[in-house]
Amino acid sequence: MGEKRTDLLRGTLDLLVLKALSLEPLHGVGISRRIAQVTQGAFQVSFGSLFPSLHRMEEKGWVEAEWRASENNRRAKYYRLTSSGRAQLKVEERDWNQVVKIMTAAVESA
Amino acid sequence: MPSRIASLFRNLFRKRTVEQALHDELQSAVQLLTEEKMKEGLSLLEARRQALMELGGVEQVKEEVRAVRAGRLLEEFAKDVRYALRTLARSPGFTAVTVLTLALGIGANTALFSLVNGVLLNPLPYAEPDRLLALYSRTPNYDRSSISYPNFQDWVHQNRSFSALAAYRPNDFNLTGRGEPERVPAEMVSANFFPLLHVQPVLGRTLLPDEDQIGARPVVLIGERLWKRKFGSSKDALGQSLTLDDVAYTIVGVIPAAFHYTGINFRQSDVYTPIGQWNDPTFRDRRASMGTFAVGRLKPGVAFEQAKADLDVLGRHLAGQYPEADKDTGIALVPLKQAVVGDIRPSLLVLMAAVGFVLLIACVNVANLSLARSTRRTHEFAIRTALGANRGRVVRQLLTESFMLALAGGGLGFLVASWGTRAALNVLPEALPRAEEVQLDGRVLLFTLAAAVLAGILFGLAPALKTSRADLHETLKEGGRGLSGARHRAQSVFVVVEVALALVLLAGAGLMVRSLAKLWRTDPGFEPHNVLTFYMSVPSTIDSPQVVRADWRQLHDSLNAVPGVQVASLNAGAVPMANESDLPFWIEGRPRPSTQAEMKLTLFYLVQPDYLNVMRTPLKGGRFFSPHDDEHSPMVVVIDESFARLHFGGQNPIGKHVNFGILNVTAEIVGVVGHVKQFGLDEGPTPGLAAQCYLPIAQLPDRFIPLVARRVGVVARTAGSPLARLGSIRHALGQVNTELVMYEPKAMDGIVADSLAARRFSMVLLGTFAALALVMSCVGIYGVIAYLAGQRTHEIGIRLALGAERWDVLRMVLGEGAKLALLGVAIGVVAAFGLTRLMTNMLFGVSAHDPLSFAGVAGLLILVALAACCIPARRAAKVDPVVALRNE
Repeated sequence: MGEKRTDLLRGTLDLLVLKALSLEPLHGVGISRRIAQVTQGAFQVSFGSLFPSLHRMEEKGWVEAEWRASENNRRAKYYRLTSSGRAQLKVEERDWNQVVKIMTAAVESA
Repeated sequence: MPSRIASLFRNLFRKRTVEQALHDELQSAVQLLTEEKMKEGLSLLEARRQALMELGGVEQVKEEVRAVRAGRLLEEFAKDVRYALRTLARSPGFTAVTVLTLALGIGANTALFSLVNGVLLNPLPYAEPDRLLALYSRTPNYDRSSISYPNFQDWVHQNRSFSALAAYRPNDFNLTGRGEPERVPAEMVSANFFPLLHVQPVLGRTLLPDEDQIGARPVVLIGERLWKRKFGSSKDALGQSLTLDDVAYTIVGVIPAAFHYTGINFRQSDVYTPIGQWNDPTFRDRRASMGTFAVGRLKPGVAFEQAKADLDVLGRHLAGQYPEADKDTGIALVPLKQAVVGDIRPSLLVLMAAVGFVLLIACVNVANLSLARSTRRTHEFAIRTALGANRGRVVRQLLTESFMLALAGGGLGFLVASWGTRAALNVLPEALPRAEEVQLDGRVLLFTLAAAVLAGILFGLAPALKTSRADLHETLKEGGRGLSGARHRAQSVFVVVEVALALVLLAGAGLMVRSLAKLWRTDPGFEPHNVLTFYMSVPSTIDSPQVVRADWRQLHDSLNAVPGVQVASLNAGAVPMANESDLPFWIEGRPRPSTQAEMKLTLFYLVQPDYLNVMRTPLKGGRFFSPHDDEHSPMVVVIDESFARLHFGGQNPIGKHVNFGILNVTAEIVGVVGHVKQFGLDEGPTPGLAAQCYLPIAQLPDRFIPLVARRVGVVARTAGSPLARLGSIRHALGQVNTELVMYEPKAMDGIVADSLAARRFSMVLLGTFAALALVMSCVGIYGVIAYLAGQRTHEIGIRLALGAERWDVLRMVLGEGAKLALLGVAIGVVAAFGLTRLMTNMLFGVSAHDPLSFAGVAGLLILVALAACCIPARRAAKVDPVVALRNE
């Protein structure tokens, strides 16, 4: 069941990652924790999906990565939104709102 | 996008760094997670275990990341290529046979395409070649006849369609005063001939219109080769004088060696003189044409049809104005490229189709080989599929192998082609117009590549699809012995197709061979064997006609005294299979035609009495000439059977008189001789100009003596090889006149052979292709029968163990091969029946459905195929039942 849910959410993963990074640069584990936090634990993003998503967005130029010390002084790879990443976030937010609006209307009309 | 491309490069070329970074990142993630769990109070070991579980396995995540990276497909492709190379290297026999087969198929195709490309596809090597046209006179006797110069001048002044018109005719010279006297090839050309073709002189200028007039000062353009040979390519050559036929010409320009123009009566020459300066009365006679032809450049915007209409009007106008010369005469126009390429086009296309068949056979052959090979590899593929490779991946792998083979075949094929093209052109260069323009250019390279890719798809797809459809479980259960049934059917179908294709090619080649055999057996009307022909001229000023005639008699006597020369005769006018010259005439006692166009034409041979003894043309009635038929005796003429049949019907022509209007003479017919195939061995039963007549050269009217004296021919029957006598003949002639120049020596045999050059060219190529097809299809049938027999070793073992005779086994395997061969031959015969019709115009005296050729090649193919099957059949018959059964 849970597997099915992540499938459903695969399309929204990019949006969640971009959103998570919009506040501050984070490393992979940090992003996972941030998403769990903002969705009140509803989404447990698997690392098998998260890292491919991050690398794809890095290749697209939406995020940039740099190695720096973590909160407890470990070296970690931090991801940061680029300006094109911010633009992409805007686009995905707008798309998402549209989907929500349409779906809500569709569900309520029935 | 730029960041994407940068990633692609990084992923492909800095793979180590990228991989290391990914590794570090995941290790750091494991660390972070472990520390997180330890904070919750877990032991290091337990924390690490849970961290790894949450991550989902470092290697698995890495694989997921790699899957989304840019260049993933390329990377897989590179892997496939490496794998393919390894696999192919492991079966060198298969690889070698495949690459070689493909190289032959692709090479033959590329070679022929380079001919088609150079001759048919490429534009002519002049500026705006589409606006160039060849012009001819159109007479009741000829569609494309030479042009009389006065007519040409009227065309120039009265047409509205051409920006330029240029005439030309051959006119060789004796060059003296610069080393040994020699005969140089020369053309008379209009002043605008070179500008019209946009040919830039290497040095100096081309001819000026003022120099293209009677009475202008003699000027000359020389070819780059003569410039190099006589002047060491020095710029000082300009303005120097060149003595041609004892006239001093001033050199004004040098024409590049790269210049080529292919037209009737045009040869690349050492010397070009202004045609308009020539004031010979016959040349200026509207009724005579003296071998002059013309080329024109259309004005911009004028269409071919417009020009045609324009010249039709002009032709009719001239016919009205000069009925005596021009009645029923028009102007023919042909696009220059068409005029140059001539009728080689259909033959080349037939050859192209034939060579396409060869490539098809090569593909089918290789497909069969790969099919047999993939059968042995079914197990490998089944295991790979079981281990998680999807079918698409396996198909891609197989196609990659095919493409590697095809590309290797293509590369080698290109080498084969560059060699093959040269070989084809060397064997018979005279068969192909524009031969000097044939080269392996970009388009040919592209063709090779396309052929290779197409071949790769063709032969790679069948095994790939078969393999991908194979049932995993069945295959693994069969223990790698491979599939039966469907696969065998496919292989058999391939063999049948191959044999059918080969039969079509063999039928085509067989018909060509039969045609040529018929042609070689054709009686040309004379005996060409051991006959030498050459030309000679005396560089001194032409003497009085009396002296020239005396010289001719003296030359005749010296030639006949040369040891090794049995009999010799001087000749001029027409030469069998080499040179056409004709005269209008009418028969005395019948109404005299009022115009030249209404007169009949006859080929004329100006000869000495010994001519008939040299050529051995049979005398059919009356007598031939004697030394007494000279300038002092009444004019006589000997006609051939065609002349007699056409113009006298059943009447006896001897004693009748023929009037040659243009010569202004009447001659009495004293004899009839056999017809000579003037237009080549393949001359049809009713050539356009069949009538022939012979006139004694000594009786030629004075006015024409200087014209003929410039270029007198000799035919000599020799003991043994004709060309071997050249030295002693040259010596004997040198003693008569030290300034005499001998040129263009040829054996008559060679001239006869040249008349078949185009057909021989087609036959040699078709024969080569058919031989290739035969070998390939036999290798194919051998492979399949050997494979099938091998698959049945077990069965054969049982049969032998149960008491079958070895002879039965032999018959069984041979029968299998015979079945395939017969089926292929039957299909091939039907296909050939439809296809050989396309080559009707390449054949001679043989129907396109000649039963003998068809039966012959069918029998040959079946025999060779059976011979190929004998090897596996004998191997099968030798199977030791004990060994065969134990092996299972």
